[in-house]
Amino acid sequence: MNVLLSLNTLAGGLFLLTAFGTVATRQARGSLNLFIAQSFLLASSALLLGIEYRSEHLYGVAAVNVVAKIILIPWILRRTLHEEVYTRREIDQVMNIPSSLLAALVLTFAAFFMTGPLQQALAPQFRGTNIPVGFAVLLLGAFTLAVRREAVPLLIGLLAMENGAFFAGISLARTMPLLVELAIATDGLIVVFIAGVLIRAVHQHIGTTEIGALTRLREVSAAVEEEVA
Amino acid sequence: MIQRIVFNLIQVAVVIVFSPLVTGVLNRLKENVQSKRGPSVLQPYRDLWKLFQKDEIVSDQSSWIFRTTPYVAFVAPIFVTLLIPVLTSYPLFFAFMADMVGGGFVLALAGFFKTLAAVDTGNPYGPMGASRTRMVGFLAEPVFIIVFFTVAFVANSTIPYIVQKQWVLSPAAFVAPSHVLLLAAFIMLILAETGRIPVDNPSGHFELAMIDESKALEFSGKGAALMKWGGSMKFFVLLCIFLNVLVTPWGLASEIALGPVLLAIPLVLLKIFLFLLVLVVIESSFAKLRLFRITEFLGSAFITSVAAMIMRVFSL
Repeated sequence: MNVLLSLNTLAGGLFLLTAFGTVATRQARGSLNLFIAQSFLLASSALLLGIEYRSEHLYGVAAVNVVAKIILIPWILRRTLHEEVYTRREIDQVMNIPSSLLAALVLTFAAFFMTGPLQQALAPQFRGTNIPVGFAVLLLGAFTLAVRREAVPLLIGLLAMENGAFFAGISLARTMPLLVELAIATDGLIVVFIAGVLIRAVHQHIGTTEIGALTRLREVSAAVEEEVA
Repeated sequence: MIQRIVFNLIQVAVVIVFSPLVTGVLNRLKENVQSKRGPSVLQPYRDLWKLFQKDEIVSDQSSWIFRTTPYVAFVAPIFVTLLIPVLTSYPLFFAFMADMVGGGFVLALAGFFKTLAAVDTGNPYGPMGASRTRMVGFLAEPVFIIVFFTVAFVANSTIPYIVQKQWVLSPAAFVAPSHVLLLAAFIMLILAETGRIPVDNPSGHFELAMIDESKALEFSGKGAALMKWGGSMKFFVLLCIFLNVLVTPWGLASEIALGPVLLAIPLVLLKIFLFLLVLVVIESSFAKLRLFRITEFLGSAFITSVAAMIMRVFSL
């Protein structure tokens, strides 16, 4: 087996592991760090595939990823939600962590089985790790969205879904114009920015970003809130 | 033939002689990281010597299990040593006596006896530690099984020597995700099985918080020495399986001659030393987990090993 492709497979395995990590981690900071690692693995997979198939477009993908997801998104989050992300605080989750890990495992199996027929239908040079792993990470991101009750990890779950879709995409569309790439990256940045500002506004109004606690639409006065607490 | 038996016995001697040194180096490094001077690396040998000189006190309430446990705990790692590549990359005389599952069984037998002995004396801390160890043990079990069978699936064998060849021969197989994820899962297992920091604090002196240590509280004199020595041998053996079979399968003697076998001793010790540096970083940068968080730790190890298995089954 080719060593470059083998390394790409390794990046795929670790990529999957970071998605499991976002399901399992207890700290907002940790899930951000895992997202950074995940984006790094996405970029390195794009780079490895680019070298293997001699495609400059994939180099572009790698570069855009590094700039947008490893540098800009953490920077935006740091600027808008510093205290949310960087205070060490445990985050809440609907399911307990071992059972959500088991559910994540089932989703991963499902992703691998569901992409099986797709893999068969593809030409051999398009087969490989990227499609099942990307699909699995997409599902795991959606799962994170479903079980987390805290705003920042929810945002990370959303970004992980995007990462997963991308990871599958780079093995299929090797000559995607860079413009598409840039458009998607800018889109992601804007989503993060808007979500960051929104989360900050929510935090300023209510004093928490725990989604589980936000069950009423009315603005809660301080006295009522204390009573609730 | 005779030579292979001799080499096998040399392996056993290396494990017996150098395992307290590994424990000593680890303790010293940990203290150094915390900017203390730390005990001498030879301290475990002095401890053993001191304990062998002392009288042994056995509770008259205890049964034969308490009396035989130190011997079982001492002998079990020696049996495993016969099966695994410590110094040589070619199978030695006893290599085909049992596979990795068999070795795991022998180690588990020692654990079983230790648990019974802890319950045997009626010391309140013993059964507590024993039940906690069982909890960690049964959480670690599925990870062990998946790791073993994925390894066996990759190498088409459960004999450690043959598995080891698999990674040496092919660099592509070495960086395969099934291999790397297995390594991650196995590191977590080693931390859990040998009572290292995210799971248990080996240098703690507070009985209520102990997991592994409290089982040996009742032993004194010779028994305590054998338990301690057996514990460090078990650690050494697990490190050998981890390093020589899975992570760095290089640097072992490949010729059937005495020279290379003796040369392999410092190389293996060097590998272990480098791994101890990594271990010290892990131990000093994490806090001990609360008891019920151990489930999450080992759950992550399980997920990692299953991810390795999935990647392998779908032949990626």
